[in-house]
Amino acid sequence: MNIVEKILARASGKPQVSPDDVIFANVDKVMMHDVSGPGVIKVFDKLKNQGISVDKLWDPTKVWVAEDHFVPSADKVSAENIVKLSNFTKNYGIEKHFKYGMGQYGICHTLSHEEALVMPGDVYVGGDSHTNTTGALGAFACGLGHTDIAYVLLNGKIWFKVPETYYFKINGKLPDHVMAKDMILKIIGDIGTDGGTYRTMQFGGSGVDEMSVESRLTLCNMTTEAGAKNGIVEPDQKIIDYLTSRGATNVNLVNGDDDAEYAKVFEYESSEMEPIVAKPFSPENISIVREAPSVELDKSYIGSCTGAKYEDLEAVARILKGRKVKIRTEILPAAISIYQRAMENGLLKIFLDAGATVGPPTCGACCGAHMGVLAKDEICISTTNRNFPGRMGHIESQTYLSSPLVAAASAVTGKITDPRDL
Amino acid sequence: MKGNIIKYAQDNIDTDVIIPGQYLKVHDYAELATHAMEGLDPDFHSKVKEGDFILAGKNFGCGSSREHAPIALSHSGIKAILALSFARIFYRNAVDGAFLLPIEIDKDAYDGISEGDEIEIILSTNEIKNITKNQTYKMKPFSEIIGKIIAAGGLFKYKPDQD
Repeated sequence: MNIVEKILARASGKPQVSPDDVIFANVDKVMMHDVSGPGVIKVFDKLKNQGISVDKLWDPTKVWVAEDHFVPSADKVSAENIVKLSNFTKNYGIEKHFKYGMGQYGICHTLSHEEALVMPGDVYVGGDSHTNTTGALGAFACGLGHTDIAYVLLNGKIWFKVPETYYFKINGKLPDHVMAKDMILKIIGDIGTDGGTYRTMQFGGSGVDEMSVESRLTLCNMTTEAGAKNGIVEPDQKIIDYLTSRGATNVNLVNGDDDAEYAKVFEYESSEMEPIVAKPFSPENISIVREAPSVELDKSYIGSCTGAKYEDLEAVARILKGRKVKIRTEILPAAISIYQRAMENGLLKIFLDAGATVGPPTCGACCGAHMGVLAKDEICISTTNRNFPGRMGHIESQTYLSSPLVAAASAVTGKITDPRDL
Repeated sequence: MKGNIIKYAQDNIDTDVIIPGQYLKVHDYAELATHAMEGLDPDFHSKVKEGDFILAGKNFGCGSSREHAPIALSHSGIKAILALSFARIFYRNAVDGAFLLPIEIDKDAYDGISEGDEIEIILSTNEIKNITKNQTYKMKPFSEIIGKIIAAGGLFKYKPDQD
């Protein structure tokens, strides 16, 4: 069995599972945030009206809650949602509630790794499509809707069809000017936004072995944009070190068998990779940066679970050091722990000296919620994950998706720029 | 089950156009319905009628896990989406929450059915009848688990132990 089949077999109490088997998997961790949480509360209310008991959760110690989409509260409605969520966690005894303005908080997917909340081999589900991100730690990590999360909270299990796996073998270390973001955009460009639908996208090969944990997180994060059920990387010593440095103990690795089977294998040579952008209005609409259209950008946005981890901010700082931005540049570290390291290591000073602004961790403008949404006809280059019409604001705004290096280089020139051409 | 078609002849109708991100904070189902499809068709709310079906291309509902998407469509009156294919979270949200039926159709049905056509979905024979044009197409049968959850009326009413 491959790694996903092994995790799902263990979680469903079966000796073996194969693609297309339908199982009920016991869940190890579950997450919801200030958008899915109130949705789940609404489902609980409906269940109560139908006479279904919602008195207690299956295991509140396995649940954690993030405030990320509409914090700082964008308006009265989002403020009410935070209150609702806080009452819920209090009433049901959920202790892991990361609150805006109280120590560590941030984007849910970023907390999953920064706080070592998910372990290799876990079945982890979250009320957010980018839950796939955390598969980089060697877990089966999958996004679900409100009804499914409510079901997990009450029953501790959920149904899955065992996915078949596409294996992406990346040969060799990526060149310095190319990031994991370029790699995943290239893959989405090749297989399309439904190329991974219902499937696992697994990443391996010497290029992935060489990658940092954060780069692997970027790869898995955007498997969602290919429609995948989950993304995953087989865990190694780097994962053990990463999680133990964040307080985890007894990190055990689950790996696929030597004779693991994959529905399809794709191979990429890192040395042939170039910086990539995805043009409006789809993540699959890719272009090599040097061949991208010459548009006048209005803004560079460096944020989100995809593109504001510590390593992403370091890449931006490498470009912005000693330079000035030519367009509005908004940098929002993805969690307070990252914000703090960026402060301690002088990154924030580099950003401010360059003329950029630094905001609090939030999903913010990535999903067009608040904190920097786009006006009609505005054009943005962004380290985020989606560029559908209206995704970051007005329906007639445009977003180009890129790596942090390209977003920073473009901030300096005001045009879509390969970091080598500065 | 009979209804009239609202046709969007395009692929990749994503959750950001089905219900834009600014409304994610809204959890009142009736209010969400007033913003359904706002990113693609601002006239949707005024033209949709109770019992209508949407017809679309491949990868319907791609993007976010927001259950707001099937909720907004269902509370607008939409009873089924007929599409060449669906994104996975939208599909399971529609079924597990019992909001609407996601029906996978083939190219013949997609090309043959027009805006306003009256359609009958016959689950017992996996057929779609175009009453307006007197044509019949095949739909892709639901997988076993999906069929059972739909028959039960949603995930919470489905009892796996009784299988």
